[in-house]
Amino acid sequence: MNPLISSFLAINPPYWVDTLAKIGIGLVAVLLPTGALVYLFLFKMMSFMQSRLGPMETGPYGQLQLLAEFGKFLQKEDIFPSKADRFVFAAAPFVVLVSTFMLVLVLPGGPDTHFVDLNTGIYFAMAVSSVSVIGILMAGWGSNSKYSLLGGIRAAGQLIAYELPLVLSVVGVVIMAGTLNMKGIVAAQADFGVWFIIPQIIGFFIFMVAVQAELTQPPFDMPVAESELVTGYLTEYSGMRFLLFFIGEFATAAVFSAIGATLFLGGWTVPFVDINAEIMDYIGPLVLAAKMVFIAFLIFWFRITYPRFREDQLQRLAWKFLIPLSLFNIVVTAIFKVVF
Amino acid sequence: MITAVASMVSAPVLGAVVAQNVFFYLIAAVMVIAALRVVTTSNIVHAALYLVVVLAGVAAQFLLLGAEFVGITQVLVYIGAVIVLFLFGIMLTRAKVGNEDGLDHDNVIPAILTAVLLVLVMGYAVVDFAGDEEIDVLGNSPTTVEQVSDSIFSTYIVAFEAISVLLLAALIGAIVVARKE
Repeated sequence: MNPLISSFLAINPPYWVDTLAKIGIGLVAVLLPTGALVYLFLFKMMSFMQSRLGPMETGPYGQLQLLAEFGKFLQKEDIFPSKADRFVFAAAPFVVLVSTFMLVLVLPGGPDTHFVDLNTGIYFAMAVSSVSVIGILMAGWGSNSKYSLLGGIRAAGQLIAYELPLVLSVVGVVIMAGTLNMKGIVAAQADFGVWFIIPQIIGFFIFMVAVQAELTQPPFDMPVAESELVTGYLTEYSGMRFLLFFIGEFATAAVFSAIGATLFLGGWTVPFVDINAEIMDYIGPLVLAAKMVFIAFLIFWFRITYPRFREDQLQRLAWKFLIPLSLFNIVVTAIFKVVF
Repeated sequence: MITAVASMVSAPVLGAVVAQNVFFYLIAAVMVIAALRVVTTSNIVHAALYLVVVLAGVAAQFLLLGAEFVGITQVLVYIGAVIVLFLFGIMLTRAKVGNEDGLDHDNVIPAILTAVLLVLVMGYAVVDFAGDEEIDVLGNSPTTVEQVSDSIFSTYIVAFEAISVLLLAALIGAIVVARKE
């Protein structure tokens, strides 16, 4: 529990109050960055880079665009395809969201600011991030539409393929830090002197490519390729359920950016400030958010810049380039760890 | 039993014991129902999805026992990989929405006998191994990754190496079977 909140409440809260507070903070910690990323990058940066004037019109300087989009999705009809498997179709977006909300649990925002301080932090994150594949397969199959099914199968193939380089790129960081605990990784970077992005630049590169693919963002958006599959597994979804998938995608982008910031950019720490200073509990989450926005900027920059891969190019990139490269990175990191 | 425990431990610890038991039985009930649905549902994809519930229940039980690493591995390997492979295979080959006929076969009774036998053998093994020994879940912090890796690479090194060779052989075998001449 953040000492800020404990001191604000002026009590040592019982377990259930603590849990309720964490649920509330967790909702904010997922939804606020999601809205920020969508507004900042998807509306503003993308329209500047592509010279589109649309998101400038709603409200002063286009600031109400996000509310307008939200209202649009809310008032749409909740349509079920008549031949769909209703329960699987309805449950699929929630499975994806559960995976995202569990990811945010392991993020540390300061020496005492965290949801849960798991001994196996990053391993837990990798495990729960793989649960979203099931939600996507459920959506693809439950819609009972050929486009949806093909999109779901493509998504599953892609997510399985890029899960491996993602996990293997993290292994380099874990070897250097000597712990799976997220706070331990942050502390190890402070001890090491420089953030792990410098010694683990190959790992960071693989991590970013794999995250891009895990998010099914362009240039890895074959599962929702509109020229081939309408919108893949999202074809039959409308209104609120589509919005849930949309939130899931961008919330996962935010959480993965924050995980990347923790692993490679020193998490909540700033140079020349003691990482266990009490002040870090208050400004730590903001520092982490700033670093998260930087990594998210890279993700959206690539999203906007590059055209879509072909399916076979995507699989070849994962299996024949990224996985050997990440194994090489692990071997080199392990040798350096033993020698020095 | 609770009164016996109550005389030994303080109130908050007793609360934790009760909460742990309550959640054990809740999760176990969900797992049993889902496991029954796996074999009784007439839709293969539903069966695979019920299996997800069962496996998630196993992971939750591991966490309840303080076996953090094992529980998370359960999620990563079974839910993240094995079930996805099942669903992937089912959806590539036959992906009918709705009920299917002809999923039952004649070997129901031998299957039930095998399942009961397996439960008996495994139950006997567990009881014979552990006896009256209780895992002191509340007294210890969860098992750390360091403890797990230390015991794998010291106490269980022979078993670990044997399993590694077995998996390698299975991997090579899969490649040999899959590749065309």
